[in-house]
This record gives sequence, structure tokens and C-alpha cells, in this order.
Amino acid sequence: MNAVLDISGLNKSFGGIKATDDLNLSVRAGELHAVIGPNGAGKTTLISQLTGMQKPDSGRIRFKGRDITAMAPYSRAHLGIARSFQITSLILEMSVLDNIALALQAREGHSFRFIRPAHALTRLRAEALALLDRVGLADKADQPTVALSHGEHRHMEIAIALASKAELMLLDEPMAGLGIEESAQMVELLRGIKGRHTILLIEHDMDAVFALADRISVLVYGHIIATGSPDEIRGNEAVQHAYLGEE
Amino acid sequence: MSFLTRRGWISAVVMALLAVLPPVFFLTGNAFYLDLATRLSILAIAAVSLNLILGYGGLVSFGHAAFVGLGAYAVGIPAHHWLYGGLDFLATTSGFVQVPLAVAVTALFALITGAVCLRTKGVYFIMITMAFAQMIYYLIVSIEEYGGDDGLVIDTRSELPLIDLDNPLQLFGLAYVSLLVAMLLVRMITRSRFGMVLQGAKGNEERMVTLGFNIYAYRLTAYVISGAMCGYAGALLGNFTTFISPEMMDWSRSGELMFMVILGGAATTLGPVLGAIAFIVVEEILSSFTIYWHLPFGLMLMGVVLFARGGLMGLLRGRREDGE
Ligand SMILES: Nc1ncnc2c1ncn2[C@@H]1O[C@H](COP(=O)(O)OP(=O)(O)OP(=O)(O)O)[C@@H](O)[C@H]1O
Ligand SMILES: [Mg+2]
Repeated sequence: MNAVLDISGLNKSFGGIKATDDLNLSVRAGELHAVIGPNGAGKTTLISQLTGMQKPDSGRIRFKGRDITAMAPYSRAHLGIARSFQITSLILEMSVLDNIALALQAREGHSFRFIRPAHALTRLRAEALALLDRVGLADKADQPTVALSHGEHRHMEIAIALASKAELMLLDEPMAGLGIEESAQMVELLRGIKGRHTILLIEHDMDAVFALADRISVLVYGHIIATGSPDEIRGNEAVQHAYLGEE
Repeated sequence: MSFLTRRGWISAVVMALLAVLPPVFFLTGNAFYLDLATRLSILAIAAVSLNLILGYGGLVSFGHAAFVGLGAYAVGIPAHHWLYGGLDFLATTSGFVQVPLAVAVTALFALITGAVCLRTKGVYFIMITMAFAQMIYYLIVSIEEYGGDDGLVIDTRSELPLIDLDNPLQLFGLAYVSLLVAMLLVRMITRSRFGMVLQGAKGNEERMVTLGFNIYAYRLTAYVISGAMCGYAGALLGNFTTFISPEMMDWSRSGELMFMVILGGAATTLGPVLGAIAFIVVEEILSSFTIYWHLPFGLMLMGVVLFARGGLMGLLRGRREDGE
């Protein structure tokens, strides 16, 4: 089995709260692996440790066989890990296009390039426009990001993750705060991406999860209590007891 | 793009007036105004440099006067030894040595202090940049050879081919052209890919790191560029005043530079120049009435911050373009 991401014995506490508790998880190449769990289960904390914005207290994270537990956050991006944020994290004062162009720029090695105006790089602009087109925002390209709606911001998050061409995409609740129609659009968007990238999807929307996921892991109090196919998870008693049953 | 934007027009007019008016005053017997314009241009170079870090980088450096002071001492100390002996390897009045020395020393100082300061954030960054500046202030105060806090007279201005800095018109010309170059340089940098990263990091640090940018390295580079440009301004200021003292590096001087940037309009090409003009005008008018002239200046700054976001530049270019 070729695991792109392999997490073993991960622990992280905030004071008395154990946000990650002896967490083991393996994500296979090409799969869409969903992580579900109640509020405060430690899903976002898990992602933050994968991108390096938070340091685990103990445990190992391996990406494509390489130990990245202590690697600097910006270096992990270069290895091929991208993230979308649960709470939209964009550069609000820049244009929509510039947000995407920066993500493309990040992929091209260093940016210690002082002379040519970034806007004159038609290649970057064209690629950024194509990505915006894919998420249905091409006509908003030149607007300031702050002027867009919440739903549009959520789509920008995905476009940025796509721009990185990352092998592994960590998507933290892409449907957070979306209406029914917008959620449906997002599901279609993710369905289109699925298979081309390995995806770790965190999501509360159960319909979306069961529609999209190849495998599902259930996180409760920082610990993975079950991993399996959507059918296995549906039928799992421990899961029903701990989580699904409460709905 | 075929014609200048409103912003471009304002810049062109202001810079043209700044080029033409002072020499006209000088030639009609009002030498004082030329001096004022020279000082204005030099301070504006420092403000333009600070704007790279403060305006575009979002990093509130409260120690930029130290770079100006160090740049001035890089002219004063070699000139001092040239006249009084000692430290032969350093003794010179050649501008070709002094000016590169000013730039190199301030770049190095920026590299070392920036490497430490940029590990901190927010208020801590403000405090530590100020602390490093005060350190240099006290260092110079403690060196009696260079006059301690009495300061140092520069008997001979930097010697350059073709330009005679003892000639007020030529000194102004050099300061003015340097200002233009500084503005274009910062404009070029901020529009480049490097500049996009710098501004992205100001807007959203976590996003930029997650994208794969080592924002520390980018910020440090910008800090060094900004410091070195301020050092150059300092070398000019030393040549202009021909008297330098640690007071040039006092924290209140750093504060004045910050005022210029914010008052004029941070993260704009012309803003720091407008800020420097406002500063010089207010200083000239008010300091003849009261020694507490900083107070109205502070009130003016508060007014602009509260009622005219974007500074004087924001006021001039009007509301509609605000989204730009
Ligand atoms: N920086 C922090 N400092 C202190 N406690 C934190 C911090 N970040 C998270 N926590 C706590 O850790 C636990 C896990 O939080 P986390 O945000 O990872 O949950 P989550 O599963 O993403 O929840 P949600 O579904 O609401 O997004 C929570 O109890 C939270 O309060
Ligand atoms: Mg969360």
C-alpha cells in the first residue's frame, strides 16, 4: 500500500485539552480521504500540524516516505502540500487574480525577482484566470478580494489550493457557511478535482462526505476511532454511538 | 494606460514643482528656500525607504533614524580622520568611498538587527527596532573622539567628480535626483514578484507561509534594502548640514519619519514625499511660534488617520479610486 501521508502516534495538548490523542492515520495516493468528527474533535489542529503551523508534542508525520514532523511550514508547501482554511484566509486587500497569481508564483521557486512587474507576467495571469474560470470566478478577477461574498471566498480557497498543483490537498471544511445551492456547487467542484490529487477532506456536511469520500476516518476527542469505506463507517457501531447517532 | 492616471498626474506635478521652484527661489535671492528643499528631498528619501518596510511590508520600524545617522557618520568619520589624522585606512574625503561606506555599513546593520527584530511581531518589533537604534545612539554618544553628544563638524564635504557639493544648487540637484531614483526604485521593487510577496505577507502571513514563502527571508531582504537607502540619505544629510550629532538618531527622529510616511500615505509612491513636504512646512511655520510644534503635528497626523484613510495621497486622489 503506498501511503502519501502517514501519521503515527501524534499528540498535541493545549493546556489540559488533548486536541490530538495518539492519532494514527494513513492516506493513500489518489484517494479522497474524509475526516469527520464533532465540533472541537481536533480536526483543524490535525491539519495545522500537517502544514507545520502548529508543532506536535510527539509523534511522526511522513509525507511520501519522508519525515516532515520538524520541517519548516514553507518547505512543506514545496514538497507538495496545500491547504484550504476553514476560516477563509485570503489576502483581502489584493485583487482576486493576485491572490491566485501569488499561489502560482510560490510554485516557481524563489521570488527574489525585483525588476519585472508581476502584472506583466502574462503567463501567470493567464493561468490564474484559467483557475478562476474553473471555480466560476473569472469575471471577478480584477475586483478587490474584500468585495466578494463568503461563498466566492470559499471558491477562491479551492482555486488557490489548485494553483499550487499540490500532490496532497488538505481541505478544512470547504462548505463551511455555504447555502444549499453553493454547497452543491462545491461538491461538483470537488468531484472534478478528485482523483487528480490526493485529498484529505474535513467536512461536517455528511451528504457531501458520503458522496465524495473513498474512505472516511472518524475523529473523536483527538483520537481516530474508525477508518473505512463509507459503507463500513455507516455500519460501524462505535461510530454511530460516538457520533452519527447523535445527529 | 495610454495616459497618466490621476495619481500619476499628481505625482508628476508635485515632483515638477519640487524640481523647479527651489532653484527659482535661489536665483531670485531666496537661498533659504533652496536649503529647505534640499533638506526636504533628503528626508523624503529616508521616508520613501521607510515606506518599503512600513507601508508595503506592514512592519512598523521605529528605528530608521539610526540608519540615517550611521550614513551621516560614514561621511563624518572619514572626513574627521582625514583632517586630524588617525585611522589612516579610513581617512578620506572621497565621496566614492564615503557613500558606498554609508550604504554598506547601514546594510550590514540592517542585516544584523533585522535578523533579530524580524523574529518578533507587532509591538515587540516596534520596541526592538527602537532599542537597536537607541543602542547606536548611545554608542556614538560614548565615543569622545567623534564629539560624543556634542556632535561632529564635517569640515570638508564629500568630493565627487563633476559635482561640487559646496554649491547649494548642485547639492539640491543631487538630492532631488536621488529622491527620484529612490521613488522609482521602491516603485519597481513593490511591483515586482518580490514586492507582491512582501505585500502578501503584510496582508496574510499564515496564507503566505502555507503557500510556501519563507516570509522571514523576504522581509529581511526588504529591511536591508530599506536600511541601506536610509544610509544613503544619511550620507547626503551629513553633507547638507555639515554638522552631525547623535541627536539625528534619537527615537523622535524615527518617529518623524514614520509620521511622514503615514501622514503622506503609506504604500504609495508619492505619499512619503507629500508627508515630508507637510512635515517641513509645519515645522517651519510652527517652530517660529512655539517649541512645542510637535503637538500640532501629532494632532494633524491623528486627523489624517481618523478622517482620511490613505493619508494626504488618499485625500488628493479622491474617494472613487480608493479601491485601487
Ligand atoms: N490555539 C489553541 N489554543 C488552545 N486551545 C485550542 C487551540 N486550538 C484549538 N484548541 C482546542 O483544541 C480542540 C480542538 O480544536 P479544533 O479547532 O482542532 O477542532 P475542530 O475539530 O476543527 O472543530 P470544528 O469542527 O469546530 O472546526 C478544541 O477544544 C479547541 O478549543
Ligand atoms: Mg475546525
